[in-house]
Amino acid sequence: MKPAPFAYKKVRTLKEAVTLLAKHKDNARLLAGGQSLIATLNMRLSAPSLLIDINGIKGLDGIAKKGKFVEVGALARHAQLERSDVIARYAPLIALAIPHIGHAAIRNRGSFGGSIAFADPAAELPACLLAMGGEVDIASAKGKRKVKADAFFKGLFETALRPNEIVTAVRVPVADKNTRVGFAELARRHGDYAIVGLAASARTNGKGLADVRLAYFGVGDTPIRVKKAEAALVDDNVDAAVNALDLDPHDDVQATAKVKRHLAGVLLRRVAAQLLEARP
Amino acid sequence: MNDRILEISLTVNGARVQERVEARKTLVDFLREDLALTGSHVGCEHGVCGACTVRVNGEIVRGCLMLAVQCDGAAVDTIEGLSDSGEVSDLQAAFEQRNALQCGYCTPGMITAAQDLLKRTKKVPSRDQIREHLSGNYCRCTGYHAIVDAVEAVAQARGGAKK
Repeated sequence: MKPAPFAYKKVRTLKEAVTLLAKHKDNARLLAGGQSLIATLNMRLSAPSLLIDINGIKGLDGIAKKGKFVEVGALARHAQLERSDVIARYAPLIALAIPHIGHAAIRNRGSFGGSIAFADPAAELPACLLAMGGEVDIASAKGKRKVKADAFFKGLFETALRPNEIVTAVRVPVADKNTRVGFAELARRHGDYAIVGLAASARTNGKGLADVRLAYFGVGDTPIRVKKAEAALVDDNVDAAVNALDLDPHDDVQATAKVKRHLAGVLLRRVAAQLLEARP
Repeated sequence: MNDRILEISLTVNGARVQERVEARKTLVDFLREDLALTGSHVGCEHGVCGACTVRVNGEIVRGCLMLAVQCDGAAVDTIEGLSDSGEVSDLQAAFEQRNALQCGYCTPGMITAAQDLLKRTKKVPSRDQIREHLSGNYCRCTGYHAIVDAVEAVAQARGGAKK
């Protein structure tokens, strides 16, 4: 299908973007990479009256280590992250996840901020952000604020973002020699949305794992942490962690809830092995 | 406001183009309907099938997931341009020799995506890498084996070094 008619405005500054958003609110949509938005427009699942194209805003696509955080601008493309030395070195979980996102042509356009703001429950980056305990920088005409990943994802395609707000950057803690990460995903075809996926981060203290954060995707309305399983992994007990999984997925076109629950356990064993593997 | 129709100017296959387009028109529809470049195909219209793959500023994109108005100032290459310049003539010959197409609907996208991989990789890519790079392009006739064969043969013939 073809999109319903809309007006289009390409903005050059963040101020212009938030001013338009403040005026049009829910009737406007921000166009970043467009890899989900334009598909939904084509299918007429969304019919905004105005598209605000933010691709012309300079300085929104940086990737840099800033103190104890890696800061990724909202407009940084997946392909940029894929080729970034900063990401490979300081945010290795993102580096593991990126190849699973769509296909080369999609990764050339899709943006980090767009993926976070859209919050598809089967998408990789929201789960990574949650697993890393990152935070989201948000701007509006009224000012700026930060929201932690744990408080950002609220429901199906629903986030802490208000209609007048825009994601400007995402910040994740810098990985050091004690950081451990793991990632696994099952999909019918490489690059498709996950049937089930798991992003994980932890710290090693020489004896065992600490600060384990396991974020599943594709098994609920949002990326989901499984805190009982996290606690079991701190005790080094992978079997107990698998048994402690308390996910409640719905059947979907790809798999039944029962299959998803089973696969979640399979992925947990794979990811636990990744977390424990490099431990000194 | 009438921001629903905009004037854009861009380069398509090396030629300057200036047109008025509806904001809602996707890049692939613009190429096909306004410029009569019908080599780029429209399949699923939501980014899954890859039939509309074109190059924008040197990078492959989904022609159905970009708006024409977003290409104001950009350089767009379609299969017509890649074909006329001879950039993909070896890929086209290999596809023909190995029967790597049947109905041909996916072929422009396949060739454009394959060329992107061969341009990017310094070494001859493995079959797995070829499959991964073409994973976003659906073929519903032949299966992928002959396509991978053709791309692999060209990669080897080019020695993996050609631009």
